[in-house]
Amino acid sequence: MIKSLDPRITRENISENNTIDPLTPMDNWETYEVFHQKKRGDQHMHVGIVHAPNPEMALLFGKDQYGRRGITANIWVVKTANVFCTEYEDQDMFETTPEKQYREAGGYKVMDKINKYKKAQKA
Amino acid sequence: MKTEAIKELLYKMADDLLIIGHRNSEWTGLGPILEEDIAFSSMAQDKIGQSQALFQLLHELGEQEPDTVAFMRNANQFHNAQFLELPNGDYDFSLMRHFLYDVADQLRFEMLANSSYEPLAKVARKVKGELKYHVFHANTWITKLGAATEESHVRMQTALNDSWNYALGLFEEGPFEKQLAEEGIFEGEAALQKRWLETITPVLDKATLTIPAASTWEPKLGGRNCFHTEHLQPLVEEMSEVFRVDPSAEW
Repeated sequence: MIKSLDPRITRENISENNTIDPLTPMDNWETYEVFHQKKRGDQHMHVGIVHAPNPEMALLFGKDQYGRRGITANIWVVKTANVFCTEYEDQDMFETTPEKQYREAGGYKVMDKINKYKKAQKA
Repeated sequence: MKTEAIKELLYKMADDLLIIGHRNSEWTGLGPILEEDIAFSSMAQDKIGQSQALFQLLHELGEQEPDTVAFMRNANQFHNAQFLELPNGDYDFSLMRHFLYDVADQLRFEMLANSSYEPLAKVARKVKGELKYHVFHANTWITKLGAATEESHVRMQTALNDSWNYALGLFEEGPFEKQLAEEGIFEGEAALQKRWLETITPVLDKATLTIPAASTWEPKLGGRNCFHTEHLQPLVEEMSEVFRVDPSAEW
């Protein structure tokens, strides 16, 4: 019998040669993506995944996995199977994006002009 | 006299919470799946926290420090219902007990939210949200498993049958029922049991589970007067083992 420092394990009288049954498909539930909202009005942020047999239970688990620390206003769960996504092999679609700085506000070099204008106003 | 009545009420509530909190925490690391393990453990912690809040009220009424009261007594000084000290058994029994007890606990605190004993009313209002989640968790599991497969249905029905008379013991009346009601502190065990039956019946119906016939009801009484099963003393020893090594240690 297995003797453990944990009395709960010792009480179980588990044989030393205890074998672990292999998993069957029913041993794992499907997964739900969990989205957490800190404050009402904020965006829900993706925080992780839970296993659950139905949406209701996914909410239960989402609450405790991701809402038991810190502040929570609201939680969403979405069945992972219902999430549509791009393929990683299509990642090249995004390849040149970092070069297109003209799409970012920071891409415009205007501080010189602004400072010049301010100076002109002061004078 | 009034203080004695309040103490009696607080002791049974605090001991119920401490003992079920400890029992449920025995599932930590051994739960059926990771997510449920975390959820059940988190609720067990809530229960211990709620018991601490009540032991604190007792301390303010002249009893010893919460840790001392929780960890330095023997089984024959505890006022919890016998139901809560029974070993966990399989998860079906633990879930059924969680359901039957937590609904009663939620209703009790709901009744106490308007208690004339303001410190207790304040605790009751504070734990409202926690209890709402505990009951949501219990209802979800009971309705799911009660009506899932034949095996799960039979297991849950058996757990309900095994639990029933012990669960009725939660409503064992104390010596101060009339006084507590007259003072507007607590409406009483009989009123609570009535509400409890009204609340659990539709959930059990939905779960296709049947409450045992009323003719077979024999509440397991005695817990409130410190009479316990042989299971409580080992629990108390295990629960307080570390604390008793050095009661003066700072944690």
